[in-house]
Amino acid sequence: MSDNIVLCGVGGQGTVLASQLLAAAAMARGLPVKTAETIGMAQRGGSVFSHVRIGDGAASPLIGCGRADLIIAFEPAEAVRQLAYLRAGGTVVVSSRPIIPVSATIGGPAYDLEAIMAYLQGYVENPIVVDADAAAADLGSEKCLNVVLLGAAVRTGALSLAVDDIRAAIRMRLPERFHELNLRALEWAPVTACA
Amino acid sequence: MHEEFLMGNEAIALGALAAGVNVVAGYPGTPSTEVLEAVAKRNPGTVYVEWSVNEKAAMEVAAGAAYAGARALVTCKQVGLNVASDPLMSLAYIGVRGGMVVMVADDPGPISSQTEQDTRTFAQFAKLPIFDPSSVAEAYEMIQEAFDLSERIGSPVIFRATTRIDHGYEAITVADGADWRRTEPTGFARDSSRWVIFPRLSRANHAKIEARNARLSDELSSYTRNFIMPEGPSAPRVGIATHGISTMYVEESLAADTCPRLLRVATPFPFPEDLALEFLSGLDEILCVEELDPVIERALLQICGKHGLDVRIRGKLTGDIAPAGENTVASVGAALAAFLGTAPPARVGPNALRLPVRPPVPCVGCPHRASFYAVKKAMGVRKTVYCGDIGCYTLGNARPLDMVDTCLCMGAGITVAQGIFHVEPDTACFAFVGDSTFFASGITGVINAFYNQADLTLIVLDNSTTAMTGHQPHPGTGRTMMGATVEKVSIEAILRAIGLAVVETVDPLDHAHAVETVRRVADEPGVKAIIFRSPCVILAKPQATSHVDGDSCIGCKRCILEIGCPALFLEDGKARIDSSLCTGCTLCEQLCPVGAISGGERL
Repeated sequence: MSDNIVLCGVGGQGTVLASQLLAAAAMARGLPVKTAETIGMAQRGGSVFSHVRIGDGAASPLIGCGRADLIIAFEPAEAVRQLAYLRAGGTVVVSSRPIIPVSATIGGPAYDLEAIMAYLQGYVENPIVVDADAAAADLGSEKCLNVVLLGAAVRTGALSLAVDDIRAAIRMRLPERFHELNLRALEWAPVTACA
Repeated sequence: MHEEFLMGNEAIALGALAAGVNVVAGYPGTPSTEVLEAVAKRNPGTVYVEWSVNEKAAMEVAAGAAYAGARALVTCKQVGLNVASDPLMSLAYIGVRGGMVVMVADDPGPISSQTEQDTRTFAQFAKLPIFDPSSVAEAYEMIQEAFDLSERIGSPVIFRATTRIDHGYEAITVADGADWRRTEPTGFARDSSRWVIFPRLSRANHAKIEARNARLSDELSSYTRNFIMPEGPSAPRVGIATHGISTMYVEESLAADTCPRLLRVATPFPFPEDLALEFLSGLDEILCVEELDPVIERALLQICGKHGLDVRIRGKLTGDIAPAGENTVASVGAALAAFLGTAPPARVGPNALRLPVRPPVPCVGCPHRASFYAVKKAMGVRKTVYCGDIGCYTLGNARPLDMVDTCLCMGAGITVAQGIFHVEPDTACFAFVGDSTFFASGITGVINAFYNQADLTLIVLDNSTTAMTGHQPHPGTGRTMMGATVEKVSIEAILRAIGLAVVETVDPLDHAHAVETVRRVADEPGVKAIIFRSPCVILAKPQATSHVDGDSCIGCKRCILEIGCPALFLEDGKARIDSSLCTGCTLCEQLCPVGAISGGERL
């Protein structure tokens, strides 16, 4: 049993914390875990990714192309950017909200959300699209998209972790004043079984 | 013993603590920074730890401590080792008493660096033993072994890791604090025949170093982290030689029964020659799977030549492995398949969809954006050159600001601007330098330019932290890694002491005043300075946000096109601000021609 997860997004969105919560949840279950993080210049608004490998048989912290079971994308274009890692039949959980790069707003190649979502739908069967704007409005915070996505990801059943494992990881890893918000965030996304 | 989920750099720090390190000095640089930070965080109170002003200072502090019998650790990134190379090259000849490890983080890719240099090659040049771990768990153990070797041979040793180990996390078993080694430094013993480097001493010591390294090559052949993994039952008569994180990529790519004989080299210098001979024995062909330089490949070629072995050595020099860039599971898998004649791993083609690029840019609300914009507006169409430097503000090169014409290495902006001035005296030369870089290696450049009668404008972008690497303190912040509050070193006072007549400090987010100041100061003769002071927005965490009044906005797009703020975008012909990103810095408010933007608060 092993889970290979790619988390991706834009620097500053909280991908590193999400990967840490997954790792903490796996460790609490007694599972071996390795991760690789993007830390450094790319964190300043650039494309970032984390690789999380849970279970036996992971030598490298990096996942090979076509070997990820799950992509958790904090941004639609970044989901597409990482698709080469997804194995056939793998799952994609993606935030609906685009973050338009400055290169596009000042007249570079345009950000075409419709084309991006269409490509994603064509590449993966039933990508799980999380409505980030609705989540932020309901939860009253922009800061917990990472946990909303984790909740959606875990409930696909694509991982060997359960919602309770992430709940415990939140209590263990986050300061107490953030528990209530993040526990609500974890429950926010509707239950969607993956195909 | 207990288990912890650790970043590689944290594991290295805990390993150093477990080895009884007494003194730790370094300069921040991705991907090395977290080692020193973790030492400071886990400091039982007995370790002296400092962010030095630069790597050269760190190396010398550590050397002094090791002269006095302490165990000392230096941390830096690969290009930081260049800065520290002067003391290190000499220290290799002088040696130490306490164990001294120089921890260097290499950055294949490069992901966050100017060069893709390989510290294994540097170690050969410096004639110093080097350790090259393959995993987080091994890094923890190996740094302790590095301290032991250093102390035993009385020489600094290099410990080198790469990004995927530095910034990889693993759950590993570590010693409890109570079981950490306690090192009692013996103190410095005066002996000028040992500690004062003179040509006569260097000549004698050079011969000793060569003899020691030959001896170490023998010893390291039986170091358990240099090993041969025997071939599987149905393996061909070929071998794979590898190192570091690439070992893991090889492991991911090969099945146990057909896996050829494997050589894993953990000490590329001195190279474990006897072990390599055993590895080569009976094989026809070797593939060296290396990241960065072909260090193992060259060593094996040398051994084959020396011993007249008829083994074909393949790798980077034969075009089987890419000469540059980071290895990946996919690249190593493809190279192994080609070498072994097996089916290549399934290749996933590039996306059919062309995505907009997303390079890093200055943060929303970053004061550097305002500083660059002020200079840009002030100088207009005048003939200028903008020399940049190393830090967040290198991102000032991004369009639409496009305000960084050169960037070379730490501190170079000032002296490069000086060089351009001497060739093009009619160009208004600017040098942009951050506060931490100014202290690290900018001051000597200012003195050089001032003394040699250059005409240039120095812009110090002072956000009162070392932002790019994660907000480390420096001499201008008045905080140390020992937790003390100390007197701040004043950038203004330094510049005035050098002799600069014009030194002005301005808030870059006061746009009109900033522009006026640049216009005025740039026309002064000689070397003059403007300090743009405004706190890093990541630390300041401002609460206000600006918003656009849709009725007033005329859709001129000036705010979007002029400053490239990631929070600004156009919707239905009007400017809009993403309130989840905006920090209310007010820069866009100040340049809106119709006053349609409001709500921000200048820090």
